[in-house]
Amino acid sequence: MTTPTLPGLLPELEVVRKDFPILERTLAGGQPLVYLDSANTSQKPQVVIDAMVDHLERHNANIARAMHQLGAESTGAFEEARDKVAAFLNAPSRNEVVFTKNATEALNLLARTIDLGPGDNVVITEMEHHSNIVSWQLACERSGAELRWFGLTDDGQLDLSNADQLVDENTKVVAFTWVSNMLGTINPVADLTARAKAAGALSVIDASQAAPQLPVDVQAVDCDFLVFTGHKVCGPTGIGVLWGREELLNGLPPFHGGGEMIETVTMARSTYAKTPHRFEAGTPPIVEAVGLGAAVDYLGHLGLDAIHAHEQAITGYALEGLATVPGLTVLGPTDATQRGGAIAFELEGVHPHDIAQVLDSRGVAVRAGHHCAKPAHARFGVQSSTRMSSYLYTTPAEIDALVEALEYTRSYFKLG
Amino acid sequence: MMTAQNLDALYQEIILDHYKNPHGKGLRDAFEAEVHHVNPTCGDEVTLRVHLDDGVVADVSYDALGCSISQASASVLYDLVVGKPVDEALALHEEFLALMQGKGEVEPDEDTLEDAIAFAGVAKFPARVKCALLSWMAWKDATVQAGGNDA
Repeated sequence: MTTPTLPGLLPELEVVRKDFPILERTLAGGQPLVYLDSANTSQKPQVVIDAMVDHLERHNANIARAMHQLGAESTGAFEEARDKVAAFLNAPSRNEVVFTKNATEALNLLARTIDLGPGDNVVITEMEHHSNIVSWQLACERSGAELRWFGLTDDGQLDLSNADQLVDENTKVVAFTWVSNMLGTINPVADLTARAKAAGALSVIDASQAAPQLPVDVQAVDCDFLVFTGHKVCGPTGIGVLWGREELLNGLPPFHGGGEMIETVTMARSTYAKTPHRFEAGTPPIVEAVGLGAAVDYLGHLGLDAIHAHEQAITGYALEGLATVPGLTVLGPTDATQRGGAIAFELEGVHPHDIAQVLDSRGVAVRAGHHCAKPAHARFGVQSSTRMSSYLYTTPAEIDALVEALEYTRSYFKLG
Repeated sequence: MMTAQNLDALYQEIILDHYKNPHGKGLRDAFEAEVHHVNPTCGDEVTLRVHLDDGVVADVSYDALGCSISQASASVLYDLVVGKPVDEALALHEEFLALMQGKGEVEPDEDTLEDAIAFAGVAKFPARVKCALLSWMAWKDATVQAGGNDA
């Protein structure tokens, strides 16, 4: 394969790729791996793997309670990860970084603890991941609050034409994704947080798809809460992050009860620690936090601006390549500067599952289905789609392999 | 991951033929039970009606959205069970279920399963077994609701 060069690609891309051992492996039949499922989960650089192995080999102990050297080292490593995440988000205080299991748990934590009642409303959008829909549906069912949502325009943007009616004086929460995991749309988050603020509502940003590929600055976007997951930013599974303004977090009731989240406990009642420990009941994912800390450090070294430019270059190249496949329709914005690196598409005459299966036989890994965004699919009259998603290690040659495999899929299913 | 060879084992010509030209597709009026089944992981869905007449499967009509495996499987189901006594059709259901859950170790009997033997290759792909079983599970559910279990 020849490797075309594009303006905007990460410098020394081939060297960067060597940081990811999995990219070297071959699949059945000796095929090289073409991994285009990074919006699902990203691959892990050696530095993250090493940080986790080193912790397990040399520093493993429970945190915050063990009165011995290993306990101090483990606690130090866990809390250092918090500092790294705080820096990654440009958070004013490390106390604002709460470790959760994943982004879903972080959203559920908010939906469970923010006080809602009859007469209140929660505003979400039609392009949310199910985790930012169902958690609020449950909260509204429990509390009697009303659930509202922004619709979508035909070109896959948020329809803000009725924003002033949707977000009103009874709105308690406006929750929205920064980057859509299905349409790729990058939403005007600062505008949305300003609308929430003007209405006296709390803003919640799902940055699960944004944090891997854009500089995320919680102070610049002026949000109240923001969540993301570790495994999409080159970190491990099992760890996510809830960031929130310190005074707001301290005003929320506890989520899970247990060890580490208390000040004192008697048989009759307990008092609770302040954030972040307030929301970190029980032994947390220690080695996963260490891995996440190494991951955000790694992204910081490459530079989020450089990663973003790389994603845009690859996305533009992919949109051009996909446009050459007969019968292929891209869902969402077709301007690479307006979108993230996940591109969902339909191929007329072949079901997404069958596409993914044939691509897999050529070593090309993509996702097929509804991508946990059924309402967004329904909005565009699509039952399911195929999604390719690139990341900082994706090469133009891999996009060529995808396009070639799609042509092969068409011939396999005897389409023209 | 699978090779091109495995791909052909999965997508037998019979399956692709049924996918392109499904038999018995469409919802028809005479029926005692109608069910709607979905595969939550991929969103494939089927609405299926069963019409029983005097202990015989008189009709199976369906409307389905999904991949080639799930579509072809509904078509093959239609061919196999319509016109058969309900107890015989239920036995075929058991046999197909055993084939699909057999991880590729079960040798299918062409005399009874006919075109359905083409799905033997699907049994080696755990992610696709549910596709093949979607309409069959819907049919069993509808048949039980229609009182077919008492036949």
